[in-house]
Amino acid sequence: MPIFLGPQSIVTPMQLVFVQFMTGLASAASLFLVASGLSIIFGVTRIVNFAHGAFYMLGAYVAYTLTEQLSGAIGFWFALLAAAVIVAALGCLLEMVLLRRIYHAPELFQLLATFGVTLMVEDLVLLIWGPEDLVGPRAPGMSGAVVMFGKYIPTYDLFLIALGPIVLVALWLLFHRTRWGVLVRAATHDRGMVAALGINQKWLFTGVFALGVFLAAIGGALQIPRDAVNHSMDLSIIVEAFVVVVIGGLGSTTGAFLAAILVSELNAFGILVFPKISLVLVFLVMAVVLVVRPWGFFGKPQPPQATAVGNTVRPWRPLNRTELTIAGGVVLVIALLPFVLGNYALTIGSEILIFTLFAASLHLLMTVGGLASFGHAAYFGLGAYGAAFAATAFGMPMVVAILAGPVLAAFGAAIVGWFAVSLSGVYFAMLTLAFAQIVWSIAFQWVDVTGGDNGILGIWPDAFASSPSGFFWMTLAFAVPALALLQMVIFSPFGFALRATRDSELRSESIGIDRKRTQWVAFVVAGAVAGLGGALFAFLKGSVFPDFMSISVSIDGLVMVLLGGIETVLGPIVGAIVFKALSIWLISQTDYSKLVLGLAIIAMVVAFPKGIVGTLADWRAKFDARRARKLAGGVATAAVAATVLGGVVGTATGTLTDAAATDTSHRNVAHRNASHQEIDR
Amino acid sequence: MRALSKILTRTCLAAAVLTLAAPNALRAADIKIGEINSYSGLPAFTEPYRKGWQLAVEEINANGGINGNKLVVISKDDAGKPGEAVTAANELVSREGVVMLTGAFFSHIGLALSDFAAQKKVFYLAGEPLTDAMVWAKGNRYTFRLRPSNYMQAAMLAEEAAKLPAKRWATIAPNYEYGQSAIAVFKELLSKKRPDIEWVGEQWPPMGKIDAGAVVEAIAATNPDAIVNVEFGPDLVKLVREGNTRGLFKGKTVVSFLTGEPEYLDPLKSETPEGWLTTGYPWYSLDTPAHAKFLKAYQAKYDDYPRLGSVVGYTLMYSVAAVLKKSEKTDADSLIEAAEGLKVDTVFGPITFREIDHQSTLGAFVGKTAVKDGKGVMVDTSYRDGANYLPSDAEVKTMRPQN
Repeated sequence: MPIFLGPQSIVTPMQLVFVQFMTGLASAASLFLVASGLSIIFGVTRIVNFAHGAFYMLGAYVAYTLTEQLSGAIGFWFALLAAAVIVAALGCLLEMVLLRRIYHAPELFQLLATFGVTLMVEDLVLLIWGPEDLVGPRAPGMSGAVVMFGKYIPTYDLFLIALGPIVLVALWLLFHRTRWGVLVRAATHDRGMVAALGINQKWLFTGVFALGVFLAAIGGALQIPRDAVNHSMDLSIIVEAFVVVVIGGLGSTTGAFLAAILVSELNAFGILVFPKISLVLVFLVMAVVLVVRPWGFFGKPQPPQATAVGNTVRPWRPLNRTELTIAGGVVLVIALLPFVLGNYALTIGSEILIFTLFAASLHLLMTVGGLASFGHAAYFGLGAYGAAFAATAFGMPMVVAILAGPVLAAFGAAIVGWFAVSLSGVYFAMLTLAFAQIVWSIAFQWVDVTGGDNGILGIWPDAFASSPSGFFWMTLAFAVPALALLQMVIFSPFGFALRATRDSELRSESIGIDRKRTQWVAFVVAGAVAGLGGALFAFLKGSVFPDFMSISVSIDGLVMVLLGGIETVLGPIVGAIVFKALSIWLISQTDYSKLVLGLAIIAMVVAFPKGIVGTLADWRAKFDARRARKLAGGVATAAVAATVLGGVVGTATGTLTDAAATDTSHRNVAHRNASHQEIDR
Repeated sequence: MRALSKILTRTCLAAAVLTLAAPNALRAADIKIGEINSYSGLPAFTEPYRKGWQLAVEEINANGGINGNKLVVISKDDAGKPGEAVTAANELVSREGVVMLTGAFFSHIGLALSDFAAQKKVFYLAGEPLTDAMVWAKGNRYTFRLRPSNYMQAAMLAEEAAKLPAKRWATIAPNYEYGQSAIAVFKELLSKKRPDIEWVGEQWPPMGKIDAGAVVEAIAATNPDAIVNVEFGPDLVKLVREGNTRGLFKGKTVVSFLTGEPEYLDPLKSETPEGWLTTGYPWYSLDTPAHAKFLKAYQAKYDDYPRLGSVVGYTLMYSVAAVLKKSEKTDADSLIEAAEGLKVDTVFGPITFREIDHQSTLGAFVGKTAVKDGKGVMVDTSYRDGANYLPSDAEVKTMRPQN
């Protein structure tokens, strides 16, 4: 029975400090449960589990259904536990059926699979539980409040405050006092060694994944008495959980615990002074923490190592003369499309072209530079706003306004990049995400200049580009040179230097490459090209909104690059075309576009474990190798075959492969050296 | 068993949706209109809305259509993103050849569509978007809006709030344009009527992410007599739960935007706070013949009660039909001419699409929240005609671009 003691009297400052502190602790507890699961999964399996929020949401929904069936105190608590167990079992199934197939795929590729799962879960939840918000029962015996220092503290908050440390201690005991826990920690430290000692990694990974999902699901189930169960719960928690994991230090549960408390307390007190701070607070905290301490509270500084995203065994090469001719022919065919296609298809075509720019610019950072940015949409959005300001506030003609976009984006990228290149790996990803969210919140909040979430309207193209075909040609005229420029950058001395910093920080610095400067320049170039895409997008849509730089746009970019194939040069273009065309078509055709898109992504992940272009290149290489074997036979062919199969590749084989796979007319010394390094690893 | 069959039905429905039906050959006399809404982004609102307009289209065609021609609605999802909404609008206009656009829920999507309409010279009738900018600051010739705007709802609530003794007011609103402008208008109107009141505190949690306990305590610390709330959806549930447990609302006047709409009131069930002054839709206590007829038809077709969204969708399509019936031709200029000053009989009573700013005079119900049989309801309700809650024509003219 709730206890209501009548209206509150005037609150003293001490009471306020106490009550906000307690509220912060209670919020921290729920956040910690979810974040700890994410941290454990990442620590062992290195999977950036984007589906963690989906499991959190499923935990809440299943718990809601069970609490509707079971009554009484025992029934309620049993329902919460049972919900978490059921969802953990689903997690097990997912790990065994899907993730096991792709552990050997390039790093971050698993992100794509879990993203597909998230999309599917969102629509499945809608199909199973319906669209309405569901309000579950309050916890039996904990529906009221206790008076402490003259303030009401909800009993359930006290329960959560106690639960946080209990879970923390239980996890510590599990990892330090059980054999399974010791193995998990060993695997976190050195997976290869644990495997070499004869431990079955498969089941270790499955177990860890199940534990992580269990924690997410119980975190969701525990929200029932305070929240409404709704279908956007997943996205509202996942980013914050990532932030907490990163602030705390990857793989550290204690770090996650402290980070959750820090973030929640800062929010509880922050809103007293700045009532609008919640929008951006966690990202501000993360940015500050990562700039000051790049590996979080309890994380360990990463030793300089070759943890490149691109792990290719097939050296890159520029297009040879035949291929260039083909590419030219393709561009020509595309340029002739306006004579064949209707207006709607051309508008879609322009949008797809714009997103190839976006994906290709991200690819320069991710694949060439080995720097996966989770906040690339910021520069796309800055480009759009730059063009919008130029067109509306300064009345510039369209073409000038479009060029103003990349300038603003490059300016933003120069500032963010300056901080971000000090970091690498997931920390780099999260710092870029933090900055992107800060930029987004400025666009969202600074209503006088940006129009807030109502955006800037009336940015329509000049007369010559106002028809769909005119706009398509203009987009093509901007996109082709920009894409060609990116290709040239990749194969320029600068591009080789960038790949060198990716492949080995120490070696590249020892031969005199300034790593930070090189990566910073790449960051600015990538930002500017994304900004060009954004500027074109502004004129395509006629308006600009903060949505253009939202997390979901950044994620779309990642998905495009991964889908195309992270180890390839042309992957992002193919990835962007496939993903954008598919998603536009599905949104137009069905209300359950997320379900189908998620399924399609998962199917592609399984069918093309190296991305579409990566897998196609494998097939082509296999075909070439077979033909070469038929024709010649001998040492060189064996080397090619060995490379193709990803077998043991030594220095000598590398050189041979290089010679075999590269058109000699385009080869130079720098190229050979860089390819050499890729194979060397 | 019922739950299972519900799941099965939904799955079958989904399968039916996924199996893309071949487009039916249209008769020459079909009149096609395009409809866009956040069906996948915001299903809690848009599903009842879709049921509402589908019922209306069925009735309209059963009663002779548009002067004998069949009304065909092509509906698209915008996934809650303005960029996708413009893509969908493009598809509807340039591929499907619709004669007008309707729909949208979010204000920014409505604005994106209204700007698109002005650029492409297409007639656009917005249903739900509430932002005042739509018909005033960013208003244009091609855009009309059905629902009572932010200003109108704030004016209805401020009128009642001014009669209350409360002097110290605090505000809680989601941190985006809708919340900001709702508070701004309410403050302005109430302070004008009651110069003696004080604004003592404000909280702006981000939409969907309210830290309700902290917000409740921060508001309590400012010691207000009255609270204005603009939160809705899951955030409202959290706020109410924390506020109830922590005794925030006891002895205080609460004025709350939209809370009386079934979409937001029903999830609260027995935790519905009592005595909040709010706008909404009390479908259970309306006994006008027009509403009774609608209610009967809706329940017969869907075996469910209508939400406010259902009324918006239903009224939207009848307004569309009225415009098309009155206009001889289907080009944008003729449609605009037909719609300006058009009178339509709705479930809530007669409305007019004003010539001056293209806003309809549809009103809303103002009443108080209460709990009845473990459910949240609105009591002491009265309908406020939107025409009485709009600024003077002179003021409108200064706000709306005149050309």
